[in-house]
Amino acid sequence: MSQLQSFLDNSENKALDEIHRKKIIKAVTSYDQTVIGMKSEQFKDWAHSREVAGKIKQATLDRLPDYLEEFESKIQARGAQVLWAEDAQAARSFIDEIIARHKVKQVVKSKSMTTEEIDLNEHLEEQDIEVFESDLGELIVQLAGEKPYHIVTPAMHKSKEEIAELFNEKLNSDPDSTAEELTMTARAFLRNAYVTSQIGITGANFLIADEGAVVMIENEGNGRLSMACPPVHVVVAGIEKMLPRLRDLPLFLPLLSTSGTGQEVTCYNSIIKGPKGEEEVDGPEHMYVILLDNGRSELFQDEEFQQALRCIRCGACLNACPVYRTIGGHSYDTTYQGPIGSVITPHLRDLASFGHLAQASSLCGACTDVCPVKIDLHHLLLENRWRSKKAGLSGIKWELILKIWAWVFKSRSRLNGMSKFIQLTQGLVRMLMPKSLREKVPRRAKKSFGELWKERQQ
Amino acid sequence: MDMVEVLERLNYQVTYNPAQTCCGQPAFNAGHREEAHSVASCFLEAFKEAECIVCPSGSCVAMVRKFFPQVFQSSKELEIAKSLESKVFEFTEFLVREGKVNELSGQAEGKVAFHNSCHAMRELRLIDEPWAVLRKIEGCQWVQPEVEPTCCGFGGLFSVKFSPISQTMAKTRLEQFVDCGADTLVTNDPGCLQQLKTEASSKSLGIDILHLSQFLNRALNHPGVRS
Repeated sequence: MSQLQSFLDNSENKALDEIHRKKIIKAVTSYDQTVIGMKSEQFKDWAHSREVAGKIKQATLDRLPDYLEEFESKIQARGAQVLWAEDAQAARSFIDEIIARHKVKQVVKSKSMTTEEIDLNEHLEEQDIEVFESDLGELIVQLAGEKPYHIVTPAMHKSKEEIAELFNEKLNSDPDSTAEELTMTARAFLRNAYVTSQIGITGANFLIADEGAVVMIENEGNGRLSMACPPVHVVVAGIEKMLPRLRDLPLFLPLLSTSGTGQEVTCYNSIIKGPKGEEEVDGPEHMYVILLDNGRSELFQDEEFQQALRCIRCGACLNACPVYRTIGGHSYDTTYQGPIGSVITPHLRDLASFGHLAQASSLCGACTDVCPVKIDLHHLLLENRWRSKKAGLSGIKWELILKIWAWVFKSRSRLNGMSKFIQLTQGLVRMLMPKSLREKVPRRAKKSFGELWKERQQ
Repeated sequence: MDMVEVLERLNYQVTYNPAQTCCGQPAFNAGHREEAHSVASCFLEAFKEAECIVCPSGSCVAMVRKFFPQVFQSSKELEIAKSLESKVFEFTEFLVREGKVNELSGQAEGKVAFHNSCHAMRELRLIDEPWAVLRKIEGCQWVQPEVEPTCCGFGGLFSVKFSPISQTMAKTRLEQFVDCGADTLVTNDPGCLQQLKTEASSKSLGIDILHLSQFLNRALNHPGVRS
């Protein structure tokens, strides 16, 4: 089945699923309330902050190659190794080499969309390597055999009851567990994995050029343990995660936390500058930073779309999007869902398979309004539609419909003729329509504005 | 016609060019810029002599003001297209700009809510303007959902191509108005109007849905208004 057809099927199923709709409305309503309060409480001027943040990210992109090299040389000087992965295959190969070198049998991971992007879990499991997802939300979707539903809150679509049932089945916990008890079950399940895993794989929220540092933020402490306990730490980070200076963090940490979850800052904020130093008593012996391109260079070189690389993956556009709220994260069948996903996926993957995502938007602009780095998201969706058309991907049906439409609307007399025709035939046509369609198609008004105007002038 | 009547009441001379058709937005938003260009050219032809263009849809205004420069990029009509940018206004935008709001006095009944169209709100940033007009109507109780305003799900061809998504969006939006107790819903765009009306009638919701110009004209002609 084509990507488009499966999108149509899945999105329709979710749109008609009342239980799903109610769950998501509840989640995003509580998100909205928290975030709106936090924006005014924490920021003197939210609009100005996002203006500045957008400019810093854009200025970073203007000199991205320089910053990446600065980052590489600084962190390598402290013993970390930087690996440049052109695509997902290259990134997986680097990880394979690391696994062979360090005789890895078990991996503990913290939440990372970049590793989702390269299908790392499937790849590792194929080689009989055990993978522990240590973020609670990620663990839930891993146990359920699903993909993350949301880039920030991967298990947003699961109620407490569903999680209790899942944990009962997979981790043998009490089926009536409270939220606290479920968390404790996950904790007990994961604790040992930090110590027994030979390698911890994490993502990065930011890469800092001037310090040569990796910044990771989280709320559960699992990221810190995944990074610090195993003897080898591997970071997989997209090249767009760069910030020029350490002193950009006082803006970007609260910006990301506020937009992501409505927090002042996240509970754990780690700045990692390399493996264990000579004077230090703990920490990983080895550190590898895999810098992932995987189509980002193409976006970088695209005048219109470069701005999409400003994204700090806060998820605000997903939460604001009425389409995301209706169809949920899984319908997209992409690593990055929602508006930002529909903007970048056709470029990171391919336009022919994912161009339809940009069509699946009412272009309401709610995403653009909430983006903390001011990516012009809904206009980029429009741009993707134009690219699809130029690439001949509209399909014969829509090519024809719009050609006829333009032919009619280029001439008032043709339009009047069409309008008269509809007026004369609509009774019969409506009778032949199934009821569900008849409800959707509005009747032509008894008289058009032009007809009323003419009568008035007489 | 309601908009015409309100404008005439305010002593404007309104003309209508029977040759006009469409601004081309349906094709433009579908990514079909050549088709949009051909239809938009007719728009330029019909309106190039106009002193001022008032439109009861923020969406069409956004098309002319914000997207015509893209449609006519590297075309010899670009200059004419650009000259329209400062001449085209959404209805409430026009009333506020002309300082006519204080001349409005109207009456309505019941619990009334307002749905601002996304294009008026986000492309044109018309947030206070519709309210400046609506607040002049007395006698009714203004109610508004507590949630952030969301799209009604119309989106032009989106509602045809992805109709289950579009309909559920309308349902969610309407639910917000029903929940806040509104018996009348006013909106400022024919697209939203059609979308919300269709959804409300298919669900037999007891809520009256009107275009802002209809609501305003009725309120101005209300027998309770002191002249």
